[in-house]
Amino acid sequence: MSEHLLSATGLHLSFGAIWALDGVDATLWPGEILAVVGESGSGKTTLLHVLSGRSAPDAGLVAYRDTEGVAHNVHAMPAPQLRALHRSDWGFVHQNPRDALRMEVSAGGNVGERLMAQGARHYGVIRESAIDWLRQVEISPSRIDDMPHTFSGGMLQRLQIARTLATHPRLVFMDEPTGGLDVSVQARLLDLIRTLVARLGIAVVLVTHDIAVARLLADRILVMRHGRVVEGGLTDQVLDDPQHPYTQLLVSSVLQA
Amino acid sequence: MRPAHPEVLRTEALGKSFTLHMQGGVTIPVLRDLGLTLRAGECVVLSGPSGTGKSTLIRSLYGNYRADTGRIMIRHGGDWVDLAHADPRVVLAVRRDTLGYVSQFLRVVPRVSTLEIVAEALTSRGTPPDEAKLRARSMLLRLNLVPHLHDLPPATFSGGEQQRVNLARGFIPNHPILLLDEPTSSLDAVNRDAVVELVAEAKAAGTAILAIVHDMTTRDAIADRLFHLTPLREAA
Ligand SMILES: Nc1ncnc2c1ncn2[C@@H]1O[C@H](COP(=O)(O)OP(=O)(O)OP(=O)(O)O)[C@@H](O)[C@H]1O
Ligand SMILES: Nc1ncnc2c1ncn2[C@@H]1O[C@H](COP(=O)(O)OP(=O)(O)OP(=O)(O)O)[C@@H](O)[C@H]1O
Ligand SMILES: [Mg+2]
Ligand SMILES: [Mg+2]
Repeated sequence: MSEHLLSATGLHLSFGAIWALDGVDATLWPGEILAVVGESGSGKTTLLHVLSGRSAPDAGLVAYRDTEGVAHNVHAMPAPQLRALHRSDWGFVHQNPRDALRMEVSAGGNVGERLMAQGARHYGVIRESAIDWLRQVEISPSRIDDMPHTFSGGMLQRLQIARTLATHPRLVFMDEPTGGLDVSVQARLLDLIRTLVARLGIAVVLVTHDIAVARLLADRILVMRHGRVVEGGLTDQVLDDPQHPYTQLLVSSVLQA
Repeated sequence: MRPAHPEVLRTEALGKSFTLHMQGGVTIPVLRDLGLTLRAGECVVLSGPSGTGKSTLIRSLYGNYRADTGRIMIRHGGDWVDLAHADPRVVLAVRRDTLGYVSQFLRVVPRVSTLEIVAEALTSRGTPPDEAKLRARSMLLRLNLVPHLHDLPPATFSGGEQQRVNLARGFIPNHPILLLDEPTSSLDAVNRDAVVELVAEAKAAGTAILAIVHDMTTRDAIADRLFHLTPLREAA
């Protein structure tokens, strides 16, 4: 018997001769932050897409347990049901916020849109909630009617996070949420993610190539190489006492994290 | 009748070695067949020359290092948990409720203020934020950390100031078991005395403490007994 929020077994996916996923198992508990680390091309983004139903695996199973405790086979779900899941229980934070935001809609509209997709109708309530979320991600509410293209990269990423979290998802997939940002902006964003996720009790699958990000945010870590998980466990244990040769190499090649 | 000072931690045949794959796979044995018990209200100080594995033992007990063999039995709530074989979720629960650890160096979280870092040790266990901040402030003051530092992130603090933040965070939740790795190494005499006082209070409240302390005065002031580690000399 398991109360896993998400559980994946035997995931395989090839692109031509390349096994992007070569027999991956992964589980996630409610409220847990799981980091997926590994070198470029190791299959991290592919894993995130397969876990979230965005790409289908060649083989293997992904099961999601809903709020009623009912398990669903993510890749056997009818498309409308999967889309509804992405609108309600789940969220996805892309490395490039432009992939998620509607650039021709105001900042407030970007947050409000997600709320409306979930069924909110009352304009005043939606606007109040949008203001509240902008504030939570440290964007001045006075910017609510501004277009995203007037925002900096760090602000865009914070707007994407506001848009994603506004609907109170239980599970959020994040792909390099701090990639492409300069270091001081990264620190602020990480602190924000850490605080919000803890307060809302959200479970997160976090893909990052940055060991320091994983150490700061994640309860548990999976180390990927060539489409396989070579090592997994408690974050600080895996990073401070790595067992697998590849993990030892990975940890030794970063400055003190 | 329950004993006044029940066992709260017990290792059974604990073994730990390191295999260094980047150095040709050489294996360094550090702990072998180690049996240690710790009772509520006592302070045991680890002794032994540099490199014998004192820090390795403490980190293994915290689950920061992975034990190769043996068991690490910890009294957690009403149960015994074998931390060497526990699921990561259980290890995290044991750390939250039962097992505290003060490492030699503070690992700083960017942008988070000192007060919040210390208060978080309480809020993560359900204390309301206002009460947590109040208690955090008074704990920092007991460790002589001046008020204007409380609202700054500790990244720029001196070694001794950072160590006191670490100590405040370690002592404030009143864990039943506390592991201390050289908690006074960068402190002056006044602050060492503050730590000796905190240890005495924790012991009186029933906390079991396992510590590494090199300074003889501090050691004599806190230790109920010593646990000696001897070097393993063995070919790899
Ligand atoms: N749509 C695709 N078509 C062809 N090959 C693909 C496709 N998606 C991924 N791959 C290949 O699969 C492998 C894994 O890619 P993936 O994007 O999962 O890596 P990653 O670990 O996220 O890397 P990075 O850290 O660089 O983002 C790579 O060799 C990649 O070239
Ligand atoms: N993460 C690690 N990876 C590899 N070897 C390690 C690791 N941690 C400790 N060791 C090795 O284990 C042995 C014991 O080290 P440890 O730090 O436990 O000693 P110690 O008794 O605390 O010494 P000191 O009094 O100098 O702090 C040393 O040979 C050390 O190099
Ligand atoms: Mg990627
Ligand atoms: Mg040591």
